[in-house]
Amino acid sequence: MKVTMFHFMPYRDLPEDFPGKLPSAWVDTPWWQYGDANKVTDYYNWSIDELMLAARLGFDAIGTNEHHQNPYGFMCNPNLFGATLAKLTNDQGLDQVALLQLGATISSSPPVRLAEEYAVIDCLSGGRLIAGLPTGLGNDVSVSNGITPMEHRERWREGVDFILKAWTAKEFFAWNGKYTQLPKVNLWPRPVQDPHPPVVIPGAASSSTWDYCHDRNFPYAYLSYFGGKSAYNVLDRFWDRAAAKGRDANPYRASFLQIVGVAETDRKAEETFAKHVEYFYHKLLHLPLYYINPPGNADYKSLLNILMSGTNMLQIGDFTTDLKPLKARDMIEKEFVVVGSPATVRDKLEAMAKRLNIGHLMVALQFGSMPHALANQNIELFAREVLPHLQKLWEDQPWENHWWPKKLRKRPVRQPELATA
Amino acid sequence: MGTTAIVKTIPVRHCNFEAKVKTAGSGPPLVYLHAAGGPIWDPFVEGLCEHYTVYAPHHPGTGETARESIHSVGSLWDLVLIYEEIFDALNLKSVPVIGTSFGGMMACEFAAHRPERVSKMVVLDPIGLWRDDAPVAPYMLMPPERLVATLYKHLDSPPVRAALQMPSDPKDVAVVTADLVWALGATGKFVWPIPDKGLNKRMHRIKAPTLIVWGEDDALVSSIYAKEFAARIANSQIEIIKDCGHVPQVERLEILKPMVEKFLSA
Repeated sequence: MKVTMFHFMPYRDLPEDFPGKLPSAWVDTPWWQYGDANKVTDYYNWSIDELMLAARLGFDAIGTNEHHQNPYGFMCNPNLFGATLAKLTNDQGLDQVALLQLGATISSSPPVRLAEEYAVIDCLSGGRLIAGLPTGLGNDVSVSNGITPMEHRERWREGVDFILKAWTAKEFFAWNGKYTQLPKVNLWPRPVQDPHPPVVIPGAASSSTWDYCHDRNFPYAYLSYFGGKSAYNVLDRFWDRAAAKGRDANPYRASFLQIVGVAETDRKAEETFAKHVEYFYHKLLHLPLYYINPPGNADYKSLLNILMSGTNMLQIGDFTTDLKPLKARDMIEKEFVVVGSPATVRDKLEAMAKRLNIGHLMVALQFGSMPHALANQNIELFAREVLPHLQKLWEDQPWENHWWPKKLRKRPVRQPELATA
Repeated sequence: MGTTAIVKTIPVRHCNFEAKVKTAGSGPPLVYLHAAGGPIWDPFVEGLCEHYTVYAPHHPGTGETARESIHSVGSLWDLVLIYEEIFDALNLKSVPVIGTSFGGMMACEFAAHRPERVSKMVVLDPIGLWRDDAPVAPYMLMPPERLVATLYKHLDSPPVRAALQMPSDPKDVAVVTADLVWALGATGKFVWPIPDKGLNKRMHRIKAPTLIVWGEDDALVSSIYAKEFAARIANSQIEIIKDCGHVPQVERLEILKPMVEKFLSA
C-alpha cells in the first residue's frame, strides 16, 4: 500500500469557546476577531516541516489541498505548497517521495492556469506529481468563489478535459468550451511524466463521481472524516460500480483519508490526542450542510437518493451527524479517528484497508490544535511502528499500481531513518 | 376549487427546451411567473382564474419540466428568449404579467426585453436589484427552518401553516424536498451569488403600467427595494402591505386579491 502524509494546515489556536454562536467556521468566522497572521507564519512553516519530516521518514507521498475562508485549512492554492515541497525534497535528496496535490479545485480556477501549475510542479520535482482533480466542496467553490452551484460539476468536467488535452496535445488547438474559450492553446511547460502525471479524483460520496472514474479508468479518493466503518457503504458501492463497468478490483483504484494518532499505549494515545480530536470535529468541522451542498450542487438523482435513504446515509456518521455532543472517546469508538498504540493503529488500519480494498491510504497525523512537537512525535512513531507494516500490504498480490508516478513505482519498502527533528 | 388545470407542452426551439405551462380559468389571458421555490398553484392563482385564463410557465428544471433541462439553458438571456417563444406559441400579443420574487425579476426582464408584449405588470416582492446597505438574504444558503422564518412573518398563521404542510408519506416528502432544492438551484443559476444581473440597466425599457407590491416586513428582500423598482419603471405605483413578510399571496391574500384585481381591471 502507498501511504501519504496529508496535511490540512489548520489554524491551531482557536479559543476554548469557539465557535460559540458563529453559524459556521467557514466564511462566517471573522478574521479580525480570531486570526493572527504572525501565528499563521508559524503554522505554514510547521506544516511544511511536518510534511518534510514524513518525507524523510519513508512515507510514499506528501499531500496538500485547497480550501478557502476558514480556519480548518487555508491552503488557498495547494500548488504554492506543492512547489515548495518539490524544491525542498529535491534539495534533501528525497526524490523517492511523490507529491500528492489533492488538489487544486478545478471548478473555481482557470483550467489553463491549473494545467500550467501542475506542469511546473512535475517539472520542478522531476516527475513526482500526482495530480488531484477535485470537484471541490460547495462552500469553497460556490460560497467562497461565487461559482453557480448548478454549473459546478459541468465546470469541473470541462476543466478536467481541458487540462488533460493541454498536457498532451502535440498541436495547437482551439478550446471553444462553455466555460473556457481559448483560440490557441500551447501549454508551456508540459509535465515530465509521459503522457501526463497520474491523476486522482477526490470526492465525497457522490455516485456520479464513481461512474466518472470507472468510465475513464481514474482512481478515486474518498475523503471522509467519519472513518473506515462509515466508508463501507461508499466503497462497497464504488466497487460494485467498478464491476458493473467491467473494471477489475485493483485496490490501487481507491484511496481513503484517515485521521490517526499514535502513542505508546491506547490509554496514553487517547489522553494525548483527545483534545485535538475534539478541536477538529467541534471547531474546524463546524460546517453546515447548506454550505457544503448549496441547491444545484448535487445532481437531482443523487439528491433524491440521499433524501429517500434518510438522513444518516452512511449509518455510522456523515455531514448530517451532529458532532457537538460526541466526545473524543465516542469518535475513537466509532473509528472516526484511529487513535491508539502502534499495534492498535496497525491492526485497525490494516483491517480497514483490506475491508475497503484500498491501495492508497492518506493519513492526517497533524490535526486540529495539535502543536508542532506533538505532530512530529506522532509522525515519527507512526513512521517507525506502523508505516513499514502498511507498506507491505498488497505486495503479495499481483496488482500493479498504474496510478503512481512511473519512476517511483518499483521502490522497495524503505526502512525509515530515525529522525532527529 | 372549480377550475380544472391542464399542463400544455410547448416545444421551444431555443435551447431545445420542452416548456410546460399550467393553464386554467376563463377570460382574457394572464401570465403568472412563479418564485424560486418552484411552481405552486395556490389560492392566489386560483383566484386569478376566476377572471382570467392563467398561463403559468414552469421554470426550466422545475414543476412538470425535465429536471436536467436546466443544463441546456446557459444564460439569463437564453431564459428570456425562451419566455418570448412561449408567449409566441400561446399567441400572447400583449397581456398582463404577474411575477412573485424570482418570478417578479423575470417579469421585469421580459417586460424590458419586449415592452410591447406586457400590457400591465404586477410584481410581488421581486428580487433583481441590489443595495449594499440592504443585502438580499442568502436564501439558498439557509437551513430549512431559517428559510421559512425568512419567508414568512407569522409562521403560526393558518394560511402559512397550510402553505408549509408536507405530505404524510416520507417518500413524497423526499420528492417534494428534492424538487424544492432543485428549483432553488435551477432558478439560482440566474441570480447566484448576488441577484443583480443587469436588470438595473434594462428596466428603463419597461412600458407596462406596473403595480409594485411589498410585504412591509419582508426579511428576504427588504421593502425599501419597492422605491428602487418604482424609480426605474416609469409608470409604476407602490403598495406596501403591513404586517406581512416576503409572500403576501399567502400571508395577506385578503388584502392582495382585491388590490391586484382593482389594478388589473382599471
